[in-house]
Amino acid sequence: MIEIEGLTKRFGPYTAVSDLSLTVGKGEVLGFLGPNGAGKSTTMKMVTGFLSPTAGRVRVCGHDVETDALAAQSAIGYLPEGAPAYGDMTARQFLLFIAEVRGFKGADAKAKVDAAVGKTELAGVLDQPIETLSKGFKRRVGLAQAILHDPPVLIMDEPTDGLDPNQKHSVRTLIRAMAAEKAIVVSTHLLEEVEAICTRAVIIDRGQIVADGTPAELLARSRYHNAVTVTLPTTLESAAGGKLRGLASVSGVETQRRADGTVSFTAFAKNGALPIEDIGALAAAEKWDVKELRAEAGRLDEVFRAITTHDAAQRKADAA
Amino acid sequence: MKYVWPIFKREFAGYFATPLAYVFIVIFLLAMGAFTFYVGRFFDNGIADLSVFFGYHPWLYLFLVPAISMRLWAEERRTGTMELLLTLPVPLWATVTGKYLAAWAFIAIALALTFPIWITVNYLGDPDNGVIVASYVGSLLMAGGYLAIGACISSTTNNQVIAFVVTVVVCFLFTISGAPLVLDLFRGWAPLALVNAISSFSFLTHFSAIQAGVIDLRDLIYFFSLIALFLTANVVVVDLKKSG
Repeated sequence: MIEIEGLTKRFGPYTAVSDLSLTVGKGEVLGFLGPNGAGKSTTMKMVTGFLSPTAGRVRVCGHDVETDALAAQSAIGYLPEGAPAYGDMTARQFLLFIAEVRGFKGADAKAKVDAAVGKTELAGVLDQPIETLSKGFKRRVGLAQAILHDPPVLIMDEPTDGLDPNQKHSVRTLIRAMAAEKAIVVSTHLLEEVEAICTRAVIIDRGQIVADGTPAELLARSRYHNAVTVTLPTTLESAAGGKLRGLASVSGVETQRRADGTVSFTAFAKNGALPIEDIGALAAAEKWDVKELRAEAGRLDEVFRAITTHDAAQRKADAA
Repeated sequence: MKYVWPIFKREFAGYFATPLAYVFIVIFLLAMGAFTFYVGRFFDNGIADLSVFFGYHPWLYLFLVPAISMRLWAEERRTGTMELLLTLPVPLWATVTGKYLAAWAFIAIALALTFPIWITVNYLGDPDNGVIVASYVGSLLMAGGYLAIGACISSTTNNQVIAFVVTVVVCFLFTISGAPLVLDLFRGWAPLALVNAISSFSFLTHFSAIQAGVIDLRDLIYFFSLIALFLTANVVVVDLKKSG
């Protein structure tokens, strides 16, 4: 539903987005990740027609955003960064305005507004001016505005920024509920959000895609993927450390002493191996007094850091 | 039209959602009154017409219209609502037109609220009401001209103060381009055709023609083409800014 081909955006000498290609289909919830200034918002602004690309093209539901902007924009619901809205209008007036601009009239417009208000739980603040609302409510007004016309394509720039955990949860539930029928792109800094709602994660850095896969695939790239943490009394430290390192499925072990007289070992898995079985068997055989034993799926933040700082470190090394 | 209407409605209601509308209208009416009665010595003239009143309009508009136009686009840019507005499925010309017409309609209301002075001259004497109607039409067209210039300039910046100051300067040049102050600069060396062309850009020239009571097609064409020109420039500026 969203086809991006060779998208490039330069601001003077600065290249914000560089030859980016991406396709998002129906039923996908794409998490758009990247450090600040990586080009996430710029890409979204080009997809929604707010910025013109320097090169490349974007099609939304088959409509080229540059040459057939109206048709493309009709198919998009967009929550811009910071959820801008007209502060002097009440939430109701604002949503009715959006409904009218999108071509709904009278009772139809009211019905659309009511539906969006219901989904975003805004009923209590409908008649307050938007500028008097809390950050969380403002964000939800922006969200209501984006989903009002039930668009096939939904693009949201940091939809849960500024929300409390309960509000985050309800927004995520809402996104999941809509996911099957739409193509959704969500930019976020919150990696837990990617695991919670996304079917696909794309990491961009300096305007280019550096990783693209399901959250599980990205987790598999983590050093912590299938790593096992086992906590034992400090008395076993040296003996247990050696035994753990000796296991065929373990590539390395990190040790961390804890204040309560225990020591934690984190055993990293060799490619594709599952050390939890070996370690469980070892602990049983040695009759260790195990305080804690758990395996990890991986850490997305660590993958994120590894991917987005590797190049920068490389450049520094090249320059030196 | 289906695109222009919602934009117009929102923008127009926006004036009255804040104190802006009321402050503006009060200042506008006070200024009109002060200039007409104190500076223009309306009563001392002893003539039942409104030429004194209308004579001050260009100079009041010079400062009051940029105060309205400065926020048209600059504020949208600063608050980020520009991004919302331009990603809605509305053609750019319709957005520009809707916002412009809302501002113009607002000024029209302020202008219409000067009606007591019309009643006053009719009570005091026997004025030529045809001339007064023509002058009102001319005044509104002139306000539209200032506003189009201001809208275009507002779209180039996100700073309302810059928009205001630049608009005042540009509008001032358009106002006085028929005055000796400007024309004398050109008379010595420029061909007569150029001098006449510059003179014909003047708001004052066209407004005083209409004020005489004759709505000439040429004056109408002048104001409407000026408005069209600056609104087109407005569209072009907003579109160019999309390219970064």
